[in-house]
Amino acid sequence: MSAASPAIIAQGLTKKFQSFTAVDHLDLSIEKGEIVGFIGPNGAGKSTTIRMLCGLLHPSEGRASVAGFDVGSEAEAVRGHIGYMSQKFSLYGDLTVRENLRFFGGIYRVPRREIDERMRFAISMAGLEGREDVLVRTLAGGWKQRLALGCAILHRPPILFLDEPTSGVEPEARRRFWDLIHELAADGVTILVSTHYMDEAEYCNRIALINRGKLIAMGTPSELRAHRLGGELLEIGCAPLGAAMKALNDAPGVVEAAIFGDKLHVVLGTGGIKAEDLPGFLGEHGIAVDQVHAVSPSLEDVFVQLVSGGHEERVVQ
Amino acid sequence: MAYKEMLQIWRDPRSLAIALLMPLMQMAMLGYGVSLDIKHVPLCIYDQENSQQSRAIVDQFVSSGWFSISRSLDRQAGIRHAMDRGECTAALVIPVDFSRRLATTGSANMQAVFDATDVNTTNIALGYAQGVVAQANAQIAAHWNASHGVHPSLVGQVDLEPGTWFNETLDSRDFIIPGVVAVILALVGAQLTSLTISREWERGTMEQLISTPVTALEVMLGKLIPYFAIGLVDAGFCLVSAVFWFGVPFRGSITTLFVTTSLFIIVVLGIGYLISVRIRSQLGASQIALLVTMLPTTLLSGYTFPIDQMPAPIQAITLIVYPRYFVTILRAIFLKGSGLSDLWMPIFGLSCYALVILWLAARAFRKRLD
Repeated sequence: MSAASPAIIAQGLTKKFQSFTAVDHLDLSIEKGEIVGFIGPNGAGKSTTIRMLCGLLHPSEGRASVAGFDVGSEAEAVRGHIGYMSQKFSLYGDLTVRENLRFFGGIYRVPRREIDERMRFAISMAGLEGREDVLVRTLAGGWKQRLALGCAILHRPPILFLDEPTSGVEPEARRRFWDLIHELAADGVTILVSTHYMDEAEYCNRIALINRGKLIAMGTPSELRAHRLGGELLEIGCAPLGAAMKALNDAPGVVEAAIFGDKLHVVLGTGGIKAEDLPGFLGEHGIAVDQVHAVSPSLEDVFVQLVSGGHEERVVQ
Repeated sequence: MAYKEMLQIWRDPRSLAIALLMPLMQMAMLGYGVSLDIKHVPLCIYDQENSQQSRAIVDQFVSSGWFSISRSLDRQAGIRHAMDRGECTAALVIPVDFSRRLATTGSANMQAVFDATDVNTTNIALGYAQGVVAQANAQIAAHWNASHGVHPSLVGQVDLEPGTWFNETLDSRDFIIPGVVAVILALVGAQLTSLTISREWERGTMEQLISTPVTALEVMLGKLIPYFAIGLVDAGFCLVSAVFWFGVPFRGSITTLFVTTSLFIIVVLGIGYLISVRIRSQLGASQIALLVTMLPTTLLSGYTFPIDQMPAPIQAITLIVYPRYFVTILRAIFLKGSGLSDLWMPIFGLSCYALVILWLAARAFRKRLD
């Protein structure tokens, strides 16, 4: 692998399960040392993509290379260069912290003379000093997650795949986990991490938004915010929300109107209705408007807009 | 890999206890329950003569242990009644002139009636009865000889010699128990490993495992080695209880036993592992393991039903039923004291089996989710 070539490349990567297409012609190019966030609703194809990149699933079409090795034909070589954390917690709960580390050190072929040092590093990274002989199943979620990460990096892989590593982990532990990810990236590790927490997307260098197996947008968080929305974002407090959304989606110049919590988020394009006209417009439809103000778009707004693909009623969790 | 597996087994004392105690329980159940011996066959006596001699022969039936008297009758028709009501499966009718004829002619008739609804029991009971009568004959003959000075064969005495080699006590238990050991090892062995891979699938640890550079051979050896140790302990339990509890004679060598038992354990563990690799749910794997071990071992291994009495096509099928080799081997070691060279054929059969199974098992493990 030359220094300039990307760590992960996917071209037309596709996975079909019988008639269902889980991943649909996905193109990706991830540079070394990048943290790329895979964002999308459940079932969007995030896990399937990651599994293909790890050589666990055979692509139905297209190809991908990881660390310069083809995931289809050189899966074994790929495995030597990656660390993988699956969605489901996958350490041995009936073994202790130390035993788990030693086991993974063994199967990752960590040289015998280095294993102690690597284990110490993993233990201190996970903040598990003094708990080395505790059974893993008794650890709280955050510790488990950090230990799983520790196991996945025992062999110092240049590329890490983390599939929803922070799901079900409390916010404080999630923050700590992301600090670790940034530390690893600073050491040159390429990280592809999937999540459905929108706030975590902000921690990534770049974001790949995927929905229904397709990559719908990719860029840095600020790029996505700035260019993807296609207009000015307004937050409207009004009632009833459903009727307001319907009226606005039919109105000229409205790119998107979606319910956002107990408010309405509206993207106004150019050449149609203006922000100051909104209370009047809604009033004509018998809707009481409380307040209208411009907000800076969150990634969730971007995501909702991209996923709905225009005027489609959609509420994102 | 093997070390981790051992730790996991150790951390799960319940499973370990089951793995070690189950064979003993099965040994007790099968050892006692599947005995083909029939003891205390309920016997009705219609002794028309009620002489010292007729009572003596009845006593011999009782003291043999194979029969116990359920009723004494006074009418021929009583036999039918008793059998209809299930009070007896056999009846003995001693004619009124029994001792007189015996004294004058040197031979006498005695009628034995069997309830043949259960043919198997009947045959065995009939065999016992003949044995008892033969014994009685011998005594009578000796007596006759002493008083008449004539050799008994000249007066038409029938000397019945039952052909029972290697199992002098006519105890089918000696014959069955080695088979039971084979059956139990097959069941337990396949069960032990049938869960190991599917358990990792269910817990999600397999997905992690196959994302690493671990090889299929490492996984297989890692899984088989610890269970091989457990299998040997189980085998030890079974064999020791066979000899010291069930009193089966042991005439062979420990080495022969160890080599052949190890081979058999490898085969059954390999089968369990193969199933486990193929079937990703623990329940499914366990049931398939039960199916492929239970049916062939109990029906076709020759452990209860002798192979040479099966129809030819079925006999051919038994050639691929791996427990038959071990049943043959165990019986030979226990009862005949055969050594490795005598047993080369079944050992060869088992070895082929072991190689094929391990080869299949190593190939079957795929480091893919699809």
